[in-house]
Amino acid sequence: MNRRRFIAGMTAAGLTGTASAFSFFGLFGDDEPTAVELYPRRPLKASRRAFSVDESPTDEADAIGYTNFYEFGTEKGDAQRYGERFKPEPWRLTIDGECERPGDYTLEDILKPHPLEERIYRLRCVETWSMVIPWVGFPLADLLKRFAPTSRAKYVAFETLYDPEQMPGQRRAVVEWPYREGLRMDEAMHPLTLIAVGMYGETLPVQNGAPLRLVVPWKYGFKSIKSIVRIHFSEKLPVTTWNQLQPDEYGFYANVNPAVDHPRWSQARERPVGGWRRRDTLPFNGYAEEVAHLYHGMDLAKYF
Amino acid sequence: MKPLVFAAGMMPLSLLFWRAFNDTLGANPVESLIHETGLWALRLLLLTLAMTPLRRITGWPGWIRLRRMLGLYCFFYAVLHLTVYLWLDQELRLSAIIEDVIKRPYITVGAATFLMLTPLAATSFNRAIRWLGGKRWKQLHRLVYLCGLGAVIHYLWLVKADLAPPLMYLMILLGLLAFRIPPSLLRRLRGYSTGKLETKHERYQT
Ligand code: HEM
Repeated sequence: MNRRRFIAGMTAAGLTGTASAFSFFGLFGDDEPTAVELYPRRPLKASRRAFSVDESPTDEADAIGYTNFYEFGTEKGDAQRYGERFKPEPWRLTIDGECERPGDYTLEDILKPHPLEERIYRLRCVETWSMVIPWVGFPLADLLKRFAPTSRAKYVAFETLYDPEQMPGQRRAVVEWPYREGLRMDEAMHPLTLIAVGMYGETLPVQNGAPLRLVVPWKYGFKSIKSIVRIHFSEKLPVTTWNQLQPDEYGFYANVNPAVDHPRWSQARERPVGGWRRRDTLPFNGYAEEVAHLYHGMDLAKYF
Repeated sequence: MKPLVFAAGMMPLSLLFWRAFNDTLGANPVESLIHETGLWALRLLLLTLAMTPLRRITGWPGWIRLRRMLGLYCFFYAVLHLTVYLWLDQELRLSAIIEDVIKRPYITVGAATFLMLTPLAATSFNRAIRWLGGKRWKQLHRLVYLCGLGAVIHYLWLVKADLAPPLMYLMILLGLLAFRIPPSLLRRLRGYSTGKLETKHERYQT
């Protein structure tokens, strides 16, 4: 064998050898997250479609595979990598605080009176990516009214399930568990604010917050809390997870606002998931006409 | 050994091209490209720093001959990282880029690290060593330790909540830097902590 052939052979062997070694150690990152079905999703019938944007929805596999869900791990895709133990049914919710009908409810009790609607909403993540998602659900206001909040109820607080057996990311205290979010009462009662039980015509995947979650389309995605087990009416501003972790980076309001930067990155533009190009981010994520009046007279740079 | 390392160094880039052409870079391809190129620049920087300790441990002088190539690969991936940032992430919008460098500490540190890597890559050729003189060349190339710290601080500063991955790289870096503590200083430190200055002779007896 001559020297050149020897080098070429060694190079080829080296290439394949290192490639397999690298992929063995997971050094190239994971491949594309394809949507893994962790429990059988059921088709849902939505009676009507309201408040929908005229944009084509994000590819469903991307919307399922690319999620921040720290309860399963801090990487996108961890929810479907480590979500197989999660049981969205049976499910119970606790309603308590400043209301006349607190109690423990089954998911069926919660859902029964509400006709489902489909709503195609924009979703803007604080990390500057965005999606367009056809949710299936009903207005949060309709649900809250059933428990007759008292006049002392100024805020609504939500909690995600805490169960490290089902949600292994909770074994590490990356944030303080359980995940908590909250809305001012008028935000919660706004007709755009949705309780979602499905997307793309079927029940919610585990990755996206099965069996029920909040959707507030004019706020950064972390406000739209997933897999809710508790709704609490309160007089005081509730503690919310990201605000508690980094108060100078994540405010209580977290309204999408291209003019107010996150300290570590600009919020002026966003990249729709699945694509390569950015586009301008709109104030209140494009819902200014519907919601800007809620914040009339507030300094949005201070109450970010 | 060198052709092998050369081929291995091309692997991450080939795979990124492969994934880009097959549309398997995931839901957010630009983010995948930034993360992979940044991580490879950092990993190659740490590998470069591992050559001297490896020679000391194994006694094989060959490691040092790989050092230059690894260092250049680190710079190569840093250039790719910066290119993806400027072109695909910021879409060459100059005002946004300037704002980023000034206002965001993790970008400032990344840029400073890149600026420190540049003269090291530029003087990595034999002629540059001759031209600078061995001593000055060595002094200049000590900058690589600062580059290591800069890269890890850049990483620590950009994560949202989970500090574990950058901390892992920090531990490796500190381990590699510990090898650079001059033996005289090490001996003195040890002397302070045990309350007396050991001689070499005593150390070998115990
Ligand atoms: C002008 C120089 C640089 C700029 C503008 C820059 C910019 C960036 C950006 C925008 C990100 C992604 C941040 C995010 O996802 O939030 C990033 C990540 C990263 N960069 Fe840089 N960077 C620079 C130099 C460097 C250098 C020199 C290194 C290493 C030697 C490096 C290593 C990394 C690493 C390890 C990550 C994290 C990857 C991950 O999260 O998986 N960067 N950089």
